[in-house]
Amino acid sequence: MGREILRMENISKSFPGVKALDDVSLKAYEGEVMALLGENGAGKSTLMKILSGVYTKDSGRILLNGEEINVLNPRDAAEKGIAIIHQKLNLIPNLTVYENIFLGREKVNSYKVLKKDCMIDESKKLLERLRVDIDPTLRVNEISIAKQQMVEIARALSLNASVIVMDEPTDTLTDKEVDSLFDVIRELKTENKAIVYISHRLKEVFEVCDRATVLRDGKLIDERMISDLDEDEIIKLMVGRTLDEQFPYLMTQVSENVLEVINLTNKYVKNISFSLKKGEVLGISGLVGAGRSELGKTIFGLYPIDEGEIFLEGKKVEFKSPKEAIENGIMYVSEDRKSEGLVLSMDVKSNITLSSLDKFKRAIGLDKKKEERVTQEYREKIKIKTPSLTQKVKNLSGGNQQKVAIAKSLLTEPKVLILDEPTRGIDVGAKREIYDLLNAIKKEGHCVIMISSEMPEILGMSDRIIVMHEGVIKGELTREEATSEKIMNYIIKGEEN
Amino acid sequence: MKTKLGKAKPLLGLILIIVVVSIISPNFLSKGNLLTVLRQTSINAIIAAGMTFVILTAGIDLSVGSILGFSGAICAYLLTNGTNVFISFLAAILVGALFGLFNGVVITKGKVQPFIATLATMILLRGATMVFTNGKPIAVKGESATKILRYIARGDILGIPVAVIMMVIIFAICYHILHNTKYGRHIYAVGGNEQAALLSGVNTDRVKMLAYMISGILASIAGIIVLARLSSAQPTAGDGYELDAIAAVVLGGTSLAGGQGAILGTIVGALIIGILNNALNLLDVQSYYQMIVRAIVILIAVLLDRKDKNK
Repeated sequence: MGREILRMENISKSFPGVKALDDVSLKAYEGEVMALLGENGAGKSTLMKILSGVYTKDSGRILLNGEEINVLNPRDAAEKGIAIIHQKLNLIPNLTVYENIFLGREKVNSYKVLKKDCMIDESKKLLERLRVDIDPTLRVNEISIAKQQMVEIARALSLNASVIVMDEPTDTLTDKEVDSLFDVIRELKTENKAIVYISHRLKEVFEVCDRATVLRDGKLIDERMISDLDEDEIIKLMVGRTLDEQFPYLMTQVSENVLEVINLTNKYVKNISFSLKKGEVLGISGLVGAGRSELGKTIFGLYPIDEGEIFLEGKKVEFKSPKEAIENGIMYVSEDRKSEGLVLSMDVKSNITLSSLDKFKRAIGLDKKKEERVTQEYREKIKIKTPSLTQKVKNLSGGNQQKVAIAKSLLTEPKVLILDEPTRGIDVGAKREIYDLLNAIKKEGHCVIMISSEMPEILGMSDRIIVMHEGVIKGELTREEATSEKIMNYIIKGEEN
Repeated sequence: MKTKLGKAKPLLGLILIIVVVSIISPNFLSKGNLLTVLRQTSINAIIAAGMTFVILTAGIDLSVGSILGFSGAICAYLLTNGTNVFISFLAAILVGALFGLFNGVVITKGKVQPFIATLATMILLRGATMVFTNGKPIAVKGESATKILRYIARGDILGIPVAVIMMVIIFAICYHILHNTKYGRHIYAVGGNEQAALLSGVNTDRVKMLAYMISGILASIAGIIVLARLSSAQPTAGDGYELDAIAAVVLGGTSLAGGQGAILGTIVGALIIGILNNALNLLDVQSYYQMIVRAIVILIAVLLDRKDKNK
């Protein structure tokens, strides 16, 4: 067992209205990888932001090599030997790779002139160590996202820190790059670094981590050796319940076709044909960039159609704008709540009614009493947790923001509801509530197209699944025959196995 | 509570300025002087009301000063040639609406940045005004015309100047539109997040075009008041007014990033600027120094607002 390098002890942190961390401890050992696990909102990011000095803790201590330290800001953390590789890329796109690696620590000669060659050389060495082929003189916006992630890792390595935190480092990496990252992690272990590894991918945790610290709802649940754990057990620790309860699938009687798409073709998708029945949830699976969101937005009238037809309840429709689609009973809820789904600067009430203001029109102006009443109904019906209806949406948690977006779509009384990644970035509890909503929509005889990258969600909630790849439908599966292997096969091979 | 105070902040600034000015210059609080301040403020306030719509959509309208000048010149020309007074006014307002629409079309359909699009209109219309007036003032003649212009400029209803009453009515209408109508909601939605508004079924192009039209219409109404004041159309009328209007909107707490702010803040902002100008005159401050003082007050006010928002 390695020596303890980092110890965060009894850390607590509150934000207005929320206790984000409650007496949480985390240790990191020399030459070992500590997995930090928990659902979204469990407090992992908050804990790491305290470690890097972005947030100040309310109470507790941080010990580095047995000495209590006080981290003032991220730069201070780096100087003390704590390097953090963030989930969101922190690079400056219009600077070169080597300029990013040495940002804030540029090497200069005695005349304060940059020693470019020296920095380029060192960058090369760092990147070679990561086994990636990146020219350090390229600008960051000229290289792929995966390579940018590797640059981020190289920057952390260049700090020569004793504690390295990796926050979802593999999110954007290909399998090959993940492998070389793991080689680097193993190498770092032999150099006696202490590593904290945050990931949702349990497979990776088993592959590269030695211990796991599990958080739930801002509290420390347990610290265990990975060798003593299996996947089910970790999930149980993380969510406090088993996986089966996560997907409350509801069998409904499906009847006539509501939506029929025939040979739809445009800039983003090719020859798309499918139908959607009353009371049905159609899952659309595929990789990021498969054209799923684009398909949803095309049906929604955002992108023009080059060829093909759409029939809604037997009538041919052609929408020139989302406005027309909504008026005809098709609604789309974006995968990106913050930049496409909600107006964050407006309050809960105004967001919910934004697509349905005609319902509240009077001779002069809007019927605000009715608006208040109706939004209050939705707030109770789908359990939006907000101090008031006049709260700005930007102050709500991700799950509640998503519920506001869904409330907005439901208020338009859609015949077809297109949900794009409906549970992205929200915690398990809120997910469950959104699945319950899905069932309620089915019961009312409406139908849903659910675009999702989460395989369990697709398998757990869909009545039927279509698989897309590079703008084309690769296959269609019923709920009974669908497995994640079959879906992956369609994606990879484009044929049934 | 905190947000309520935040909203009241421009108002606190206004009260502070009134207190300070009335201590330094007791003349300030005389009824005659207060009415003068209101009358002088009304022009900028009316332009700023339209500017508020545009800025709430995250845009900017630099052309209001030129629209004011051009529609004033058209109006003066028609009046001088014996056209019916109301038709002349209507024509002026139509000119404002038309060029506002022009701005809106260039911005939404041509996808030109508002700053550049309205800068072009600003230069275009100033040039057009110069050509149209030959660079010389058009003095309004004709009995009925001069009579009604005099009424707008100096008349009053129950002791309150006509221009001030026009200002109050315009702000009441704008308040209603922004806070009680579908269009008002759409303005805030487009300014707050245009893409989300589009995906929520808002016709974002139409919302923006209408905002520039409203701005143009209100600028031309201000143009009629300016024409009435001078009883002649000056080729340079309205020059630089766009900046005072933008300053009033920003002083009133509306964010240049769009989506946040209120029309009542704008009237407070316009009053702050008006009172400041009046006070500097009462105190006999030289006009060159006046500019410096105004700049400093605007900067301090906006900086205080920033600091509060960063917390």
